[in-house]
Amino acid sequence: MNKTVRLWVLGVGCAGVALLFVGAFRRLPEFGGSHHPYGARAVAAALHRHTANVVSSVNFDQRSFDTLGEQAILFGAVLGTVVVLRQARDERRVPPEPAVVAPTVRRYALVSLPLTLLVGLYVVAHGQLSPGGGFQGGLVVATALHLLYVAVDYRALERLRPVPVFALADAFGDVAYLLLGLAGLFAGASFLANVLPLGTFNTLASGGLVPLLNAAIGIEVASAAVVLLAQFLDQALELVPREGEHR
Amino acid sequence: MTAERILPLLVAVPLLGAALLVGAGRWLPRYTADVFGLFVSGGTGALAVAQLVGVRGATGPVEWVAGWRPEGGSGVGIVLVGDGAGLGLAALISALVTAALVYSRRFFDEPPPGQAGAFPALLLLFQAGMCGFVLTGDLFNAFVFFELMGVIAYALTGYRVEEARAVQGALTFGFVNSLGGYATLLGIGLLYARTGELGFAQIGAALDAAAGGGDALVTTGFALVATGLLVKAAAVPFHFWLPDAHSVAPTPVCMLLSGVMVELGVYGIARLYWATFAGPGGVPAADAHRVLLVQGVLTAVLGAVMCWQQRHLKRLLAFSTIAHTGLFLTALSALTPEAATGVGVYLVAHAGVKAALFGCVGVLLDRFGSVDERELHGRGRELRFVGVLFAVGGLALAGLPPFGTALGKALCEEAAGPGATVLFVAVSAVTGAAVLRTAAGVFLGAGEPPAGPPHFPRAAARGPRTEHRSAATGGRGAGESGTSDEHDTAPGPEQEGEPETTGSGEEPETAGPVTRAPDSMLVATTALLAGGLAVGCVPALWPHLAHAADGLSDHSAYIAAVFGSPETPPASTAPNWKVSGVLLDLLATLLALVLARTAPRITAGTRRAAWARPLRRLHSGHVGDYVACTVAGMALLGLLLR
Amino acid sequence: MNLLPFLCAGWLFLVGCYALATSRNLIHAVGALAVCQSSTYVLLLAVGYRSGGTAPVFSDVPPGARPVVDPVVQALTLTDVVVGATVTALLLALVVQIAKRHGTVDPDELRELRG
Repeated sequence: MNKTVRLWVLGVGCAGVALLFVGAFRRLPEFGGSHHPYGARAVAAALHRHTANVVSSVNFDQRSFDTLGEQAILFGAVLGTVVVLRQARDERRVPPEPAVVAPTVRRYALVSLPLTLLVGLYVVAHGQLSPGGGFQGGLVVATALHLLYVAVDYRALERLRPVPVFALADAFGDVAYLLLGLAGLFAGASFLANVLPLGTFNTLASGGLVPLLNAAIGIEVASAAVVLLAQFLDQALELVPREGEHR
Repeated sequence: MTAERILPLLVAVPLLGAALLVGAGRWLPRYTADVFGLFVSGGTGALAVAQLVGVRGATGPVEWVAGWRPEGGSGVGIVLVGDGAGLGLAALISALVTAALVYSRRFFDEPPPGQAGAFPALLLLFQAGMCGFVLTGDLFNAFVFFELMGVIAYALTGYRVEEARAVQGALTFGFVNSLGGYATLLGIGLLYARTGELGFAQIGAALDAAAGGGDALVTTGFALVATGLLVKAAAVPFHFWLPDAHSVAPTPVCMLLSGVMVELGVYGIARLYWATFAGPGGVPAADAHRVLLVQGVLTAVLGAVMCWQQRHLKRLLAFSTIAHTGLFLTALSALTPEAATGVGVYLVAHAGVKAALFGCVGVLLDRFGSVDERELHGRGRELRFVGVLFAVGGLALAGLPPFGTALGKALCEEAAGPGATVLFVAVSAVTGAAVLRTAAGVFLGAGEPPAGPPHFPRAAARGPRTEHRSAATGGRGAGESGTSDEHDTAPGPEQEGEPETTGSGEEPETAGPVTRAPDSMLVATTALLAGGLAVGCVPALWPHLAHAADGLSDHSAYIAAVFGSPETPPASTAPNWKVSGVLLDLLATLLALVLARTAPRITAGTRRAAWARPLRRLHSGHVGDYVACTVAGMALLGLLLR
Repeated sequence: MNLLPFLCAGWLFLVGCYALATSRNLIHAVGALAVCQSSTYVLLLAVGYRSGGTAPVFSDVPPGARPVVDPVVQALTLTDVVVGATVTALLLALVVQIAKRHGTVDPDELRELRG
C-alpha cells in the first residue's frame, strides 16, 4: 500500500471504530455512579480477610491467579529479552568506559540511593496496608540500584549487581509464588488458597498469604527489572560489532 | 485431592518447570535441560489426559482458584472450567509442545551463554499460557494468558536474532497482536461497566437477566473482544502478521504457532460467543452467523489464493493455515453443536498434519539451507522418507480419507450446508495441491527446472564444515542475505517490484550440516502425522469430541456448570464417516492431484498470475499497513454486527 | 450525561493507531502502541470511578466511613500496566536487533517480507 491508500484505509477504519465507540459509550452507566457490584463484593471480601488495601487483596488473594499469569508474563518477557539481546556471533564485548560525573550529581545520587532503597523495601512490605506492593516497590528497589550508574559509572553498577545472581533471584521469586500456591493444595485447600492465619486488621502481619505473595513478587520484579535493564545497558555500552563485519 | 483441584496445575507445572530451567540453566548441560523440559511438558499432558478421561458428559470439573467459590450466586474469584473442549485442547497443546521439544533436540548450535534451558523454558511458558487460556472461565484472566502466549510467541519468533527477517517478523507479530489484545481489553472494560462481572458465565448470566436484548454496548463489547481473538486466529484482515512470523520463526515454533496457537483464536471466539453472548441478552445468532461467515469465507479464499502463489515453503504453509482457519470459522458460523464437532475434529487433525508438514520443511532447511521451492527443485531426491511424509501430509491437507482432516472436513460440510461445501472442497484442494506441487518439484524433480543459471547459495557453504560456525560465516546479517537475493533466479524485489519473499539464504537451525535427517526430527514428524491419521481412524475418540462440542456450544449448560448445578445437555450422536462426505473428500483429493499435476506448467513458481499481484502487494511487510487494515477490520466487524 | 472520560479513552486508542500506522520510526511506533494501551487504563479507571469516592484502602479510613472507588478495575489496571511495560521492553529489544540487522528503524525501509 502506498501512503495515500494506507491513510484512506486507516481513516475509514478510525471513523467506523469511532462510531462504534460513541454508540457504546452512550449506553454506559453514568460516570461516577454508585453501582459497582463486583467492587462492593471485593471490598467486603478484603475486609473479611483482614486486608486493608483492597487492591492488594484483589491482586494477591481474590484474583491471585491473574497475578500468577502476570508474573509469568514478566518472567517470560525478561527471558525473551535476554534471548533476543544475547551477544550475537558477530559481536564482542568491550569494557565500558569510565565516566566523569559532576560532583553535585554524584552527591545527590549517592544520598538518594539508600533512601530510595529503603522506600522501595517499605512499599513492598506494606503492600497489604497502604497503596503499593510488590510490583511498585520492586521497581523502586531496582531504580535505587541504578542510581549507582548515575552517581559513578557503569563499571561500578556492574560490580554491585552481578546479573547472574539477579537472574537467579528472578527465578526464585517466580518459584516462590508457585510454591506458595501449591502450599494451599498440600494444606488440603485450593491452589493459591489463603489458608494462613489472617492476623490483626491494619498490622504488618495481616492478610495471611497476601504479604508473602507480595514479597515473592517484590523479589521477582526488582530482579527482573535489573536483568532487563542490564540487557539494554549492555547493548548500549559493552557490545560492539567485530571488526570487519558488514552490518 | 479431587479432580477440580488439579486444574490449576496444568498451568502451574509448566511455569514451575520453566522457572527451574532458567534458575538452574547456568549449571545444566543442554541434554539435561531438554530431557527435563520433555518430562514437564509430557507430565502436564498426562495430567490433562487423566482429567479428560474423568469428564463424563458435556461438563467437567470446575475449580474456583484460591477457593473463592461464590456465595449466593456472585463471587469475587476466578473460575477454571475443565470441560471436554478445555481439557482436550490442553492435552493437544501439551502433545504438540512435547513433539516440538523432541523435534528441537538437534536444534540451535549454541544456546545463549549460561542459558542452556532458555529454549525449552520458553516453550514451557508458552504451554502454560495456552493451557491457561483454554481452561479459564474468566474473561480478564483469558486476556492475561492471551498476553502471556503473545509475549512468549514474539520472543520465540525472533529467537534467531542474527537473521534480519526474523527480528522484523517478530516485531510485526508483536505490534499487531498487542493491538488486538488492547482492543480485547477495551471490550472487557465495556462489558464490566455494564454487568459488573468478569467471568464468561457471569457476564452471560447478567446480560440475560437484563431487560431487553443486546444493545450497541453489548455488540461493541463483543466486536472489541472478538478483535483480539480474530487477530490471533489470523482472520482477514487481521491476518497479516501470520505469514511474516511463520516464515521466520524456528521450525518447532512454527509447529506450535500454526498447529495450535492460531486455532486457539477460533476456540476463543466459539467460547466467547456460546458462553457469554448466545443468550437472549447477547448477540443475536443471525449477527454472529453473518460475522463468522463473512470472516471465514474471506479468510479461506485469501489464504488459498496466497498459498498457491508462494515459493517460500514456510510461508506457503502459513497461508494454508490461514485458509484452514477460514474454513473453521465458516463451519462455526452454522452455530450448531454438529458444526462445533466438525471444527473440533478438523482442528485436532489439522494440528497434527500441519505440524508434521512444518517438520518436513525444517529437515529441508537444515539439509540444504533453503526453503525456496525453486532453489530446492529436484534436490530432495535423497530424502525419500521425508518426501513421502511431506506428500502424505499434502494429501491429508487436501482431505484424503481416512485422515482426521477428511473426517473433519466432511462433518463441517454437512453442518455448514451446500454453499459452504463448494468452498471447503475448493480451498482444501488448492492448499493440498500447493503442498503436492512443491513435493513433486522438490522430492521428484517434476516439472520444469527453474529457469536461469542454477544458483545454490548455501550449497557451497554446506560442505564439510567445522563443528561450529565460525564468527565470520555465522554472522549472516542483512548484507549476506541481500547478496544471495541479488544472485537469485527470481528478479529481485527491488529490480522489478515483484512483491515476494524468496526462501533462499535462510540460516539452518542445526549445528553442523545434516547429512541425513536426525532421528529426533523424523520421530516427531511421523508421530504428528500419525496423530492426524488417528483422529480419523480411532472411533473411540469421536464420542469424546462430540461431548466436548456439546459442552462448548451450550450456553445454559456452561453457566449452570460454573454456578455449581451441572445439567447434562442432550448428547448429540458421535460423528462418523458418511458416503457423501467420503466422496467429497476424494473429489477434493483428486482435484488437488490434478491441480498439482498441471501446476508445473502453469506456474511452477516461475510465472505468476498477474491478477493476484495486487493481493500479494497488499502483504507488504509494512507494520503501518497492517495496523491500518486491523483498524478497518474492527470497523468491518462493527458493520457486520448491526 | 458525562461522556468525556470515555471519549478520552476512545480518542487515545484511535490516535495511537494513527501514530502507529503512520510512524516513520520503530521506537516511535512502540511508543504509539503504549498510547493505544493507555486508552485501556483510562477506560477501566473511568468505569470504576465513583463520585466523591476515595481510594479503596482502609489503613487510614475506617471501613464504611466514605464511599470508595471500584478496587477491581484498579487491580486490573495494575496488571495491565505490568503487561504493557513487559511487552514494550520486548518490542524495544527487537527494535534494537532490527537496527543492527537492517541498519534502519524506518518501517518504510524494511522490505524483506513481502507477498
